[in-house]
Amino acid sequence: MPRLRTVYAWELRKLLAQKRTFLGLGIAVLVPVVFAVALLVQQGQPEDVAFGRYVRQSGLAIPPVLLIFGSIWLFPLIAALVAGDIVAAEDNNGTLKTILTRSTDRSRIFVAKALAASTYAAVALALMGAVALVAGVAVSGFNPLVTLSGTTVSASKGLELIAFSLLVYMMPLLGIVAIALLLSVLTHNSAAAVVGALMISLILQLVTILPGLGALQPYLLTTQFNAWQGFLRTPIDYAPVVRAAWVCALYAVPCVAVAFTSFVRRDVTGG
Amino acid sequence: MTDASGAPPIHARGLVKEYGDVTAVAGVDLTVEAGDVYGYLGPNGAGKTTVLRMLLGLIRPTAGTARLFGRDPLLEGARALQGVAGFVEAPRFYPYMSGRRNLELLAALDGDGAAGRIDEALDIVEMTARQGHKVGGYSHGMRQRLGVAAALLRDPRLLLLDEPATGLDPAGMRDMRALVARLSSEGTTVLLSSHLMPEVEELCNRVAIVRTGRIVYEGDVESLRARAGGHWRLRTTDDVRAQQVLREQRGVSAVAGVPGTASAPSSLRFEADEAAIAALSIALVDAGAPPVELSPVRATLEDVFFTLTEDEPAVDGGLPATADPVPA
Repeated sequence: MPRLRTVYAWELRKLLAQKRTFLGLGIAVLVPVVFAVALLVQQGQPEDVAFGRYVRQSGLAIPPVLLIFGSIWLFPLIAALVAGDIVAAEDNNGTLKTILTRSTDRSRIFVAKALAASTYAAVALALMGAVALVAGVAVSGFNPLVTLSGTTVSASKGLELIAFSLLVYMMPLLGIVAIALLLSVLTHNSAAAVVGALMISLILQLVTILPGLGALQPYLLTTQFNAWQGFLRTPIDYAPVVRAAWVCALYAVPCVAVAFTSFVRRDVTGG
Repeated sequence: MTDASGAPPIHARGLVKEYGDVTAVAGVDLTVEAGDVYGYLGPNGAGKTTVLRMLLGLIRPTAGTARLFGRDPLLEGARALQGVAGFVEAPRFYPYMSGRRNLELLAALDGDGAAGRIDEALDIVEMTARQGHKVGGYSHGMRQRLGVAAALLRDPRLLLLDEPATGLDPAGMRDMRALVARLSSEGTTVLLSSHLMPEVEELCNRVAIVRTGRIVYEGDVESLRARAGGHWRLRTTDDVRAQQVLREQRGVSAVAGVPGTASAPSSLRFEADEAAIAALSIALVDAGAPPVELSPVRATLEDVFFTLTEDEPAVDGGLPATADPVPA
């Protein structure tokens, strides 16, 4: 049987051959560029968001602002755009039967697809982070960053903290990938899976503002999009990071398990 | 690439597939021996594709088992498809990649040297010139050819083809049939589903005829042909007198007049052994009604096919499932 690496590489090549892939990546690049250009041509700064006040003092403040902004729907959308499509598109093209009658087991194809969807989310996040850093430094300079605790860290320390923040941000993003992947397997419909995953992400955020449900907030997947902020406190607060790890696993593992079982056992009747 | 204990390429027993209340396949037994070109013949909706999907492990049988070279795709997954290739319904590819790129992807999923066979496979189906174009722009016939190329990458010992000539133009059909004949002569076992009797008659040595998910005939094509029988057609200078002669002649039966049509004059039809014909012609001449045409009319297999698939619903035991007395 072909190695997982080979199957995974082909899943990535398929992504690279599709326009929708570049839609998500394009947005990930465009958003920080637009933000930086807006800072150049406009006066003032976003006051009501953490780090918003400092975007003119240090370029390092721009990635955190975009992480906060992106957690509402932008990153869930980018992640779902590919994860929700990666199985359903095969249903749509009728190609599931084509690839499942070769010499590669269904389980290996599923794992390759899950890895490819996760890779895509990671690349989009890294791309946005890198572009935001470059654009931010170009506009506001590589200057020390004021943390959420009001202390100031050196520019190089700030850079390191932002890198860790992106890694932690990846955890809830993988949760979204898992949900979109599950919907992709179950619905056989790309649009339903993408929109469904996005809706779930939005509804989870809505839950927190409903009266009486506030106690649920620490255990919601979307809340974990704020966990990285623990790195930008002095001293570093690891509690939200640790919680994010197990809460995200609590969402992702069952979704992936059900998606896997369904994919491996399902009747392939389309095409 | 050894067979598990020389097991037959296809060995299916009691295959059933139900979708809710609908029974698509109602207990199919199927054995395809090495070297067969096996026709799986039935009208649309008879459950042919469903059986192929079960054989390839794409869907789970509600009951029964399917084994390819002794391996069950449900238990062994992709390993059961070793040496097996084919497609169900129209072959499908990634429209946003070129034909060649699609084959490269599938070859990667095959491993085992499949990538080295791409050029040859494209050449065999005459798609070399179009290999760089996106599949999205291919015609139905080109996709069909690419589907065959994709199957050939696996260097199959067993080829499963679902209505391979569907949607091809006459030249494409001819090429497809020539290819199947060639692969068979090179030792590939072929299972071919079809709703076209002439196709099966031309290519296959064995045939199963299915209707509503059940096999109503299974045997070699020669036996089916014998079963078809035939009749004779007679025109004479005096058909009234000839009819009288026929009725009195030994070994002649089922005499009937056939009214003329715009394209054919009126004639007589009857059934008889070839041995009775010589005596009959002498009798006709003696009676003053010499024949101007006396010719055998073979019933086509198509007639048998229609009889088997369009009659009153088949009653269990009404038609022998195996009409072939001689083991192949």
